[in-house]
Amino acid sequence: MDRLKGIIKKEFYHIFRDKRTLLILFGIPIVQIVLFGFAISTEIKEVKIALLNQANDEASHTLVDKILSTSYFQVDELIQNEAGINESFKKGKIKAALVIPPNFESDIRKNNTANIQIICDASDPNTGTQIGAYLEGQIQGFIYGNAQKSKGIRPPIQINTEIQMRYNPELKSAYSFVPGLITIILMLICTMMTSIAITREIETGTMEVLLASPMHPATIILGKVIPYLALSFTIAIFILFLGKFVFGVPILAHFGLLIFEILLYCLVVLALGIFISTIAKTQQLALMISLFALFLPTMLLSGFIFPIHNMPLPLQMVTKVIPATYFNIIIKALMLKGATLAEIWKETAILGGIFIFLVGVSIKRFNIRLG
Amino acid sequence: MERFKFILQKEFKQIFRDKGMLPIIFVMPIMQLMVLSFAATFDIHNINLEIIDKDQSPVSHQLISKYEASSYFNIISNLPYDADNGESLQKGEAVIILEIPKDFEKNIIQSQPTNLSAKVDAIDGMSAGVSVNYAQSIIRDFQDDYIQEHGLLLGKPSMNIKISNLNWYNNSLNYKFYMVPGLLVLLVSMIGMFLTSMNIVKEKEIGTIEQLNVTPITKAEFIIGKLFPFWCIGMFVLSLGLTLAKLVFDIPIQGPLYIVFAFAMLYLFVVLGLGLIISTLADTQQQSMFIAWFFMIVFVLLSGLFTPIENMPGWAQDLTLLNPVRYFIEIMRNVLLKGASWADVKMNFYIIGIYGVIINSLAVLLYRKTN
Repeated sequence: MDRLKGIIKKEFYHIFRDKRTLLILFGIPIVQIVLFGFAISTEIKEVKIALLNQANDEASHTLVDKILSTSYFQVDELIQNEAGINESFKKGKIKAALVIPPNFESDIRKNNTANIQIICDASDPNTGTQIGAYLEGQIQGFIYGNAQKSKGIRPPIQINTEIQMRYNPELKSAYSFVPGLITIILMLICTMMTSIAITREIETGTMEVLLASPMHPATIILGKVIPYLALSFTIAIFILFLGKFVFGVPILAHFGLLIFEILLYCLVVLALGIFISTIAKTQQLALMISLFALFLPTMLLSGFIFPIHNMPLPLQMVTKVIPATYFNIIIKALMLKGATLAEIWKETAILGGIFIFLVGVSIKRFNIRLG
Repeated sequence: MERFKFILQKEFKQIFRDKGMLPIIFVMPIMQLMVLSFAATFDIHNINLEIIDKDQSPVSHQLISKYEASSYFNIISNLPYDADNGESLQKGEAVIILEIPKDFEKNIIQSQPTNLSAKVDAIDGMSAGVSVNYAQSIIRDFQDDYIQEHGLLLGKPSMNIKISNLNWYNNSLNYKFYMVPGLLVLLVSMIGMFLTSMNIVKEKEIGTIEQLNVTPITKAEFIIGKLFPFWCIGMFVLSLGLTLAKLVFDIPIQGPLYIVFAFAMLYLFVVLGLGLIISTLADTQQQSMFIAWFFMIVFVLLSGLFTPIENMPGWAQDLTLLNPVRYFIEIMRNVLLKGASWADVKMNFYIIGIYGVIINSLAVLLYRKTN
């Protein structure tokens, strides 16, 4: 017990001596949360469009005014011919173009019909189609409004849908980004710190000294992990409160349960760090594995940015081995839905399983290395 | 010149000596490109839908069969009553609960307005919005079909504007065309930045920097010697990635490819320079990795790849002007997909060129200070 205390003390001393790293560790989450809570938004607004109005008559002007009456679209330039549209797209100046053919008004009068073209930059398919659909909606609104004015018709059946957005009624992106960032930041900080804490000792040769001491390897590992557990936990709580007080992201679940789940996740990612340190011989390799190999996959496969249920089936299987996937579900359910253990026991059990697996494999590999 | 050759030789040797690093440098990025490209999609389908059909009429069944036929939805249960009162949302089983009221059929036959209600899990605001749009479009389809079938059109619309919605540059809306080049940019940037940011600090930590400092090499030689090998690695990974992108994903290459490569040469210079600055400022490899990771996550999320820059608030849009990744992603999109020429993208070249000069001068300057 005294020996364990000794190692913990030593490791804490290591952490606190390095003030710059500590500053970085707490600075990173602050800047990231603030930046992304405020900056990242999936809402479409102020889209720059080009207008090729070949008609220039009254009806076309009314239509354009209607489209521009919302804050969603801005005319970036008035274009004279089709080639100009291509030019603007290639320079990346506009996202969509609206083409009104010559004789727009007289076509409507004579034939009761006219054609309009919406051209979208679909090189980014998601944004492109969203903008296209929105423009189309605006034009349809114009047509419908016009029809009502002139003839007073109404559709024979009317189905309205009352929509209730639960858990995030204002569709704030901070609500999904703050819990997601807790997942990602903990993952990377914890794995990086522990993986390096052990490889550092191996690289500088002090590990031999430790191992030659009469301590059990498990004591050594435990002593190394506990300080980092305390540190990661502090960082997690820190982010949690930052999210709550800066963005008003709610924390609806029972606080004790939340603490338990965060501790569990910290343990899992710390164990991952230890596992990496049993593979990597140098600090550089350990850091490259924890950072380069984990950064994009955790971000893209954990459901942080892209919904998992959209992915092809084999890839959905891959997401199932990533601990962040489960914690992402857990923390969102806890913070935003106020979930109870009964609702997240499955994810919790899997995280527990991953923890036991990682510890088991690490101990085995560690023993091989000693031999 | 002779001396410079030796420096390069040494640096290359140092990189290739560490056998553990080689797969990380060459295999990992390519593997991630191949796998993650499938994950990064906003193409939403399989939305879990629970239906509560209180009407149980032929008309309500008709509506439900429309949902069944759609590939967007996956009906998880279809109940005649709301027994669970939102439980499936709480448990994360359903994304939408759609309720059809008791008098649905009666209201429609009597041309009375009728109200459906939908409860939506809106934690992820973006996909909630899209899911609701799809749900409503099915209701609209149902409405249109019903009107056609029963010939209930009251009056004739005064104008009929046909809207054709064209998706230029990616008319099959293939998400990979957009994502693969973007991910490649991220991977190349990460390798470049992480490797260089650890480089000098590693020599500091193991003490070899002292030895280098007593040799007669100039600072500029030193810096170029450090940069060049990583620059080669970056260019190699980019070429390999683009080749595979073409072969595996059939990424279109509309514009001149030499523009992409010419830009990459300048771009890598910036990224590596940033890595060097981090390396000279940090005390330990761990510190340098935290800083590099911090910049990388900011660069990635503010690059316009996952969420469009136009959606960000003004100050964040201004901040993206400092983000080198943004310019490379623009080049990729504009040249590969839209066929942009030198005249269209020369601004990006000027900006990144000036950026490179500033960053690298700074790197040389700061390196001197540390001595």
